[in-house]
Amino acid sequence: MMSGRWVATGRASALSETAGKKAMPVSSLDNDPDKARRFREMTLPYLDDVYTLARYLLRDASDAEDAVQECYLRALKHFDTYRGPAIKPWLFAILRNVCRAEFARRAASPATTVDDTVETAEQTPLWHETQETPEAQILRERDASAVRRLIDALAEPFRETFVLREINNLSYREIADAVGAPVGTVMSRLARARAMLRSAWMAEQEPTK
Amino acid sequence: MTCDEAEILIHALIDGELDAGHAREVEAHVAQCPRCAASLAAYRQMSQAIASADLRYSAPQSLRLRVEAALPKPTMLVAAAPSRRNVLRGFALGSGLSAIAATGLFAIVLRNDDQERINSEIVSAHLRSLQAGHLTDVLSTDQHTVKPWFNGRLDVAPPVIDLTAQGFTLIGGRLDYVDARPIGAVVYKRRAHVINLFVAQTSSTARRPARTETIQGFNIRTWSERGLNFWAISDIGADELVEFSDKFEAAARTNTEG
Repeated sequence: MMSGRWVATGRASALSETAGKKAMPVSSLDNDPDKARRFREMTLPYLDDVYTLARYLLRDASDAEDAVQECYLRALKHFDTYRGPAIKPWLFAILRNVCRAEFARRAASPATTVDDTVETAEQTPLWHETQETPEAQILRERDASAVRRLIDALAEPFRETFVLREINNLSYREIADAVGAPVGTVMSRLARARAMLRSAWMAEQEPTK
Repeated sequence: MTCDEAEILIHALIDGELDAGHAREVEAHVAQCPRCAASLAAYRQMSQAIASADLRYSAPQSLRLRVEAALPKPTMLVAAAPSRRNVLRGFALGSGLSAIAATGLFAIVLRNDDQERINSEIVSAHLRSLQAGHLTDVLSTDQHTVKPWFNGRLDVAPPVIDLTAQGFTLIGGRLDYVDARPIGAVVYKRRAHVINLFVAQTSSTARRPARTETIQGFNIRTWSERGLNFWAISDIGADELVEFSDKFEAAARTNTEG
């Protein structure tokens, strides 16, 4: 559908298209200082949100940084078409299309592995033997990296919806806007995501018993 | 409600996305289904756990600097006072270029809100009722016949008030469907004109002031009272429909039998 338009067509790394380490200001936009200022004021406060979503979508810290930068450049380029109301879902919609391009690139070059090697080294043991339910246990544990790993293990559309709801705190309607799907789809994806996460908790629990 | 439905809707309940009516339905189901009750409790705990674990990432300082460096410098802007003309020109140019899929986003953002959608369903229900002799399920000018007929068919007891003396003849009641839910319709006549009064549980206890809209040539008057939403729809004039709702409300307030 629409998403096709967002995907970079170039064969080179989609992320480095404009977001290279030595990226230059987009010259054509320099002549509208007022717009540039409004753009900064509206979007920069959400840098952490955008970066958080990028980390969960791409599961790689340095790819996430490139994606965030590309997202901001694309957002600036298309800022004229932004009409509101909420800037966060709009930024997320752009980010996820940047990520789509990155997925396409990864798929084309299987040498680049996508696995979660980044975090695994510093992983603490997931659960200890206990009689509690996994849900109650995690309340005590509050081990962010363990939970992150379980979230990272979710399949893509479910992970995305889950993160937008639970971590980025979007409403169902805002999630629907950001991912371009009906609210009903958002609801069923979220239900699936939570069900999968819940059984992943149970499964983590099993071997230690 | 079935377990399959509840399985999806308990999440909307946890996330505070359900209106009061649906929330009550889910809670009613959970109250008599131990399996769904256990799910609800587990998911609720899980959501709290997720919220209390800090799962957000902070953008590294290097990224922040990189992004800021890539954007046009604000330094050159400080001197330039924000100019309305520049803003307008920006928009004018932008609308021409919009090579962005975000237009789809706005279509969604601007999509009919629920109220509008329900109003158009009310019109459809009214039109259906005028066709093929399905105006009433219970045909009676006696409010004491019509009112009990709704018992057990709806989760609300629609007030059925005889307004014959005020110029609106009660002719019966009907069960209809709006927004995929059963809804009570009390049917009145004014001369040759049919008035359907739809009654449903309101999503909030807030009292909403009455308003009249015209859709497809029909006048619709909506208001909320006593925890109920009312839609009166007819092809009579807007002023007569206002008269109807005023008299209905006046009678409802004095009528202890409601």
